[in-house]
Amino acid sequence: MDNWTFGITMIIVGMGGTILTMWLLSLLMGLLRKLFPYKKEEAGK
Amino acid sequence: MLDAIGNGLYGLIAGFTNLHWSNPIMIGVGGLLLYLAIKKDIEPLLLLPIGFGCILVNVPLAGLMEEEGFLKTIYDAGIATELFPLFIFIGIGAMTDFGPLLENPRIFLLGAAGQFGIFLTLALALALGFSKLDAVAIGVIGACDGPTAIYVSSKYAPHLLSAVSVAAYSYMSLVPIIQPPIMRFLTTEEERKINMGTVKRSVSKTTKILFPLVVTVIGGLIAPKGLPLFGTIMLGNLMRESGVVSRLTKASENEIANIVTLLLGISIGATMDGRNFLTPQTLMVLCLGFIAICLDTVCGVMFGKLLKVITGGKINPLIGAAGISAYPMAARVVQREGQKYNPKNFLLMHAMGANTGGQVGSVMAAAVMLSVLKGMGII
Repeated sequence: MDNWTFGITMIIVGMGGTILTMWLLSLLMGLLRKLFPYKKEEAGK
Repeated sequence: MLDAIGNGLYGLIAGFTNLHWSNPIMIGVGGLLLYLAIKKDIEPLLLLPIGFGCILVNVPLAGLMEEEGFLKTIYDAGIATELFPLFIFIGIGAMTDFGPLLENPRIFLLGAAGQFGIFLTLALALALGFSKLDAVAIGVIGACDGPTAIYVSSKYAPHLLSAVSVAAYSYMSLVPIIQPPIMRFLTTEEERKINMGTVKRSVSKTTKILFPLVVTVIGGLIAPKGLPLFGTIMLGNLMRESGVVSRLTKASENEIANIVTLLLGISIGATMDGRNFLTPQTLMVLCLGFIAICLDTVCGVMFGKLLKVITGGKINPLIGAAGISAYPMAARVVQREGQKYNPKNFLLMHAMGANTGGQVGSVMAAAVMLSVLKGMGII
């Protein structure tokens, strides 16, 4: 594989993969917050 | 008799006669690192052992980096095996409160945007003629994360380890100088004044405990080659948030992290032998590392501007600059810049969220990169 193809692949798949992974994690974290909401009783802990 | 005395005396001056021209320069470089650590308080925990290791390895004939030399033994035990950066990650996980990030999960995206410098610098290094794996090691300086840079470069471009790690730690400590001009250049005064309100403490303990598990499993499935990186951070964080292993948590963030930092620093310094370090390639690595961190900041702020538009002006684009891994320096820079233009603005906790997102983002970007390399059959 030549350097040009390698560089472009890394930019597209690398950057795209990172942002997709983080986006997926943000969705899952939002879901977790809805499934396990914060309760006021935890405030004192 | 005279021969014996002559040989004996030669033994005492052999160190001087074997001095390579690069050794005194590197002893000076080691001295400079010690000066920065001791007098300027710049990353002293790392720069002091790195500087001293650099001095040690540039004294000729001591053989510290030859087989059975004590620095070589430490290097082989912890750097060549990649154990030291991973131990550091357990400590980082144990020290980090991901609460501000979990308060506002969309900030995760800023942690991704803050890593784009990695990939752009990788492409730039390729264009300048570096090999593929060398370019990967150089690009990862943009993770702004010392242990990640060490992990990747020691594994795939060990000959660049010293340059990459010195660049990573030096630029990380220079974040308060590098970032503000870029932040000001890319944002309007009105944008810098945006008040994001206060962060409420509204994340349940269950969510905080499940967070490291979800990141480990989902991240591991997407980018298995990077599992050691984020798996160890998440182990440390799970210990912290579970609250049931406080002895292990304290040991991870104190004793283990301290011992490993010392050994890591001295063995990185030991790779700075003048004969290998003083090359045009090292200078190029240092320049590219600087560009990587500037590009991270540019991409983070620009993504912050995009989020500002999407959210109808609720996000201050400055917090995008905190989407890098330099924690908590980048968050403090954002707070300081924000308050300059709106003294009533408290961006710190929002920036801390982006900054912890940057910590996850940096290891995730490296993990994604390694898995893509594996997929392409390059590693």
